[in-house]
Amino acid sequence: MTTYPATASTKKGDHAMPQATPNASENGRSDLPDVPPNPVMEVENLNVYYNAFHAVHDVNLRFGKNEITALIGPSGCGKSTVLRCLNRMNDLVSGARVEGRVNYHGQNIYDRGVDAIAVRTNIGMVFQKPNPFPKSIYDNIAYGPRVTGMKVDNMDDLVEEALTGAALWDEVKDKLKQSAYGLSGGQQQRLCIARTIATRPEVILMDEPCSALDPIATARVEDLMVSLRDDYTIIIVTHNMQQAARVSDRTAFFTARPDETTGDRTGLLVEFDRTASIFSHPADQRTEDYISGRFG
Amino acid sequence: MSVATKSARETVEVISKSGRDRDRNLTSMLFLIGLWFSLFFGVMVLVVLIVDTAISGASRFDGDLITGYGSRVSPETTGFRAGILGSVWLMAFTALFAVPLGIAAAIYFEEFSDQTKWYNRVLEVNLQNLAAVPSIVYGLLAVAVMALMGFQQTGVVLGGAIALALLILPVIIITTREALRAVPAEIRQGSLALGATMWQTTWRQTLPSAIPGISTGTILGLSRAIGEAAPLVVVGIAGSVRFDPTGLASQITALPIQIYTLTSESREAYQTAASAAIIVLLVMILSLNGLAIYIRNKFQRSW
Repeated sequence: MTTYPATASTKKGDHAMPQATPNASENGRSDLPDVPPNPVMEVENLNVYYNAFHAVHDVNLRFGKNEITALIGPSGCGKSTVLRCLNRMNDLVSGARVEGRVNYHGQNIYDRGVDAIAVRTNIGMVFQKPNPFPKSIYDNIAYGPRVTGMKVDNMDDLVEEALTGAALWDEVKDKLKQSAYGLSGGQQQRLCIARTIATRPEVILMDEPCSALDPIATARVEDLMVSLRDDYTIIIVTHNMQQAARVSDRTAFFTARPDETTGDRTGLLVEFDRTASIFSHPADQRTEDYISGRFG
Repeated sequence: MSVATKSARETVEVISKSGRDRDRNLTSMLFLIGLWFSLFFGVMVLVVLIVDTAISGASRFDGDLITGYGSRVSPETTGFRAGILGSVWLMAFTALFAVPLGIAAAIYFEEFSDQTKWYNRVLEVNLQNLAAVPSIVYGLLAVAVMALMGFQQTGVVLGGAIALALLILPVIIITTREALRAVPAEIRQGSLALGATMWQTTWRQTLPSAIPGISTGTILGLSRAIGEAAPLVVVGIAGSVRFDPTGLASQITALPIQIYTLTSESREAYQTAASAAIIVLLVMILSLNGLAIYIRNKFQRSW
């Protein structure tokens, strides 16, 4: 197993970092370069405001192709807000304002003339609570391709492919015409993942996808994420540090800093590094405190 | 004696000391009886009214009542065919006018309007006020609309339908908004995150999920409109029409108008016929309400 000598992390370049321990990241990727070499998405000086409330302060991140990046941190640290900026879902929140750049292949998706609909077609999203449509399993999958006007030769094949990709095909292949509401919570969440990959996005955003699931369903979704990594770039927000350690290649740790005058809690990025490094020897004391359970 | 046993015995004393349930003492019982009486009074008035009307109209529950036209020469066989058909026609065109407008307005309010903008808040307040406007005012409005459109005739289907559509429009908007609001935000976000437009999301996800609520609201609105007489009087709908409606510009009568006309007649037979017609009107309204309840129960979705 090759290990790159880690001499610099993205945030704390001066931190002398020992060699990454082999298998420190449980998904078996210890050969990551320090910085995502070929980022699909880059966040530059991202500031988010909800009316007068400064929700996220100066975030810089790079999301590598075919990597899983986890955004972790205590509640209210702005990690979900950052995630929702990545496919312009924050547009739907009244009063939300975004400053800075969110580049997708070098193009700022907040530039004038960028079509938010097209952005969301390429950057899909899976939500915290499974939210299948009140339709059949088949129609849930076919919905995305239909509304986006995707050229589909055979919808049946696409549905099978998407469900197979989300490791759900064997469980539902005999009841495709039945309501998606008859599935268990874990199956519903995998259906939502299948629905997302049916539109063939490049990036999948997941906002605490397992927080409403039991441990067994969580394990299946985690396995699924790792298997999807070869074809997709995945960015996941999670409250569960073990989950970040298990599935992600890189981890960004956020925290919230109360404003001195207003007391509003503004989220900021503390540290962004390989997951193995974050969990074995974090550069920042706040990260250390958080992952060792001393706060948050 | 241990602390535990002592306190247990004390507890038993406390809960059984009074020897009876304080929810069953005199004040509570009087209060309960007061509640029952209020309920009984409301229901009783309604029952007496309906039974009394049914008894006085009993001799006229025959075929002529629904199939015959109003008659000046034989009050014993006068019928309400024109009124029943007129009311049905009015309902059909009222729904045709009010439902698309009401749904569209509700969609704007719930899905597209930015509630932080002052003009949307003004519209919102006005909508609430519209629901409280007396029905006769909508009749006057319909007369004005008809005059503007250049219609010379009064008492036609179009005028009545416009008046009733204006009357129930606020009801439809408000119930449709409630139905749309009941569709969880997650459904909309899921659709938008797949690359659907707002329009596609509304048309393919939100609206279909809200249809049971919308139909219920619409039917309840219509069942209010079918019993209205005041706005129809203003648009000139008369009780004396003796033919079936044939089109938007044909003169009609409506069941409430016919009933109103006959109750002012001096001859006993007309009074009887009016009572019977009231029962017919009640049956029509109750079946509409029943349909609304059926739709609500059948298609109600718990998210």
